[in-house]
Amino acid sequence: MAETGDAPRTLGELALEVRSKNAGPFWMTLEAFMPDEETYRIADALITAELISELYHVTPAALQIFRLPDLHVVKVSFPRPVVQGSLHDRDVHAGQHHVPLATVAV
Amino acid sequence: MPHPSGPPDSVGILVPSGMLGGGFSPETITRGICLGADVIAVDGGSTDSGPYYLGAGTAKTAEGAVRRDLRLLLAAASSARIPLIVGSCGTSGTDSGVNWVAGIVNAICAEDGLDLTIAKIFSEQDAGQLIAHLERGRIHALPPSETLDAATLGRCAHIVAMMGHEPIEQALREGADVVLAGRATDTAVSAAFALMRGMPPGPAWHAAKIIECGGQCTTNPASGGVFARIDHRGFTVEPLDQDTACTPTSVAAHMLYETVNPYTMREPGGTIEVASARYAAVDERIVRVEGSRFEPADQYTVKLEGAAVTGYETVSFAGIRDPQILRSIDVWAEFFGKTLTERVADTLDLPADSWGADLRLYGYNAILGELERQPATPAEVGVMLVVSAQDQQTATAISKLANPLLLHLPLPTMTHLPSFAFATSPAHIDRGAAYEFVLNHVVDVDSPTDMFRLEFTERRDG
Repeated sequence: MAETGDAPRTLGELALEVRSKNAGPFWMTLEAFMPDEETYRIADALITAELISELYHVTPAALQIFRLPDLHVVKVSFPRPVVQGSLHDRDVHAGQHHVPLATVAV
Repeated sequence: MPHPSGPPDSVGILVPSGMLGGGFSPETITRGICLGADVIAVDGGSTDSGPYYLGAGTAKTAEGAVRRDLRLLLAAASSARIPLIVGSCGTSGTDSGVNWVAGIVNAICAEDGLDLTIAKIFSEQDAGQLIAHLERGRIHALPPSETLDAATLGRCAHIVAMMGHEPIEQALREGADVVLAGRATDTAVSAAFALMRGMPPGPAWHAAKIIECGGQCTTNPASGGVFARIDHRGFTVEPLDQDTACTPTSVAAHMLYETVNPYTMREPGGTIEVASARYAAVDERIVRVEGSRFEPADQYTVKLEGAAVTGYETVSFAGIRDPQILRSIDVWAEFFGKTLTERVADTLDLPADSWGADLRLYGYNAILGELERQPATPAEVGVMLVVSAQDQQTATAISKLANPLLLHLPLPTMTHLPSFAFATSPAHIDRGAAYEFVLNHVVDVDSPTDMFRLEFTERRDG
């Protein structure tokens, strides 16, 4: 896609929004909101247990992936690797953890 | 409050905002009352901001902000003669949180001449009684947590149980105009009145989940309140801000927000199932939802939340701008950790596992840590050092040992001492106790109301 110049290079650029949030104190959840069916299919193929496992250092068995074609959304939930509010927690609301997913090349 | 005989055709619920103290415009309330609200429901708490509020038993919200919101809500509920329900009072729903909100409510009623019957529902739990439940095999872990032990219950600073709609309904039936609930599920606060008036549980619970965060289910989450009307076949939802819309997508997408699973959600008495729900536009800003289900559980369970002290912390902060250091910031950080560990071992007689430090390089990789992929050399870095120890004096002492390193630590290869930019004097600040959520467990109960204590505040004369 390099030739087209303005073409989206990352999932975040292709999506309406990629976001992350705590889901209670013990889980975090990621969502990619895609604008249409075509881009949803790209996100759907891209977001696999292997990819999330590599980006977030979690075992694939711990992941829950939800594919919502009607909403053009892929959602992934997994237990927080660092306990909320503990000494090594640098993102209490897990609100900035979408970035590794958002910056994946498409 | 008038009680017409037989269930009504529908129940209207006004949710002014996602959080009591979050603010909303007075027009939000006027509009909701005009739409025929039968109840005002608002959430007063959350665990989202971490374990401190439960551990310390203090509120996240400012008293002035809570008073401002309550003054408008109490006036509206009183003049419309509809109940006001506040859930998870004081952020964490501890007894102190309920009493804090009740104090504000009582003062407003006295100042504004409102004659309302106020119910408090306490949800704080005694560790000893829970240990008895544990010994009888009635406490179970939720994923991803491990089986509970008595020691963990014993070290909690505060434990709350999350009530379902039943204790709230009991307070309403006993005549409450205002219900101030301790920890409650976000949904129970909005669902309670509709369930009491005979609305079916599928639409009532699903509507409650959609509206509990206020404007979050609309096209403009910052817009404020929402209104839902629940009937015997489904519900409709609309924003109270006339310039904002609910669309089938904005409403359906709200099931994703802060949830692990967007299709099912466990409540104390059963599970909300929305996989077969249908979302349709009534017009450009109102959405109709049908097909939601509620599956009653075989066993009624009440979820526990508990926060325990993990240590006492001190935070220090310094800035680095020197490009020579920044080019090798990973090396500097590693050298810092090693040097601090040696200084503590030399100076303080501490077991190595009794303290900890977290060095965060803001502007470089502080937020994502090892998940960060090849960060570029930054223009400047904010160095935050968080020290944890078993008491505050020790955390402070370790931070004082770290102070000269935060000010002058060179790279191992440098022959001169740099000086970094302290942002404040002193560079450190004591944080006091730090907490961790340690409970993610449910208790099997025989009665939905047994673990909660209902009290009416003394009614004013005249």
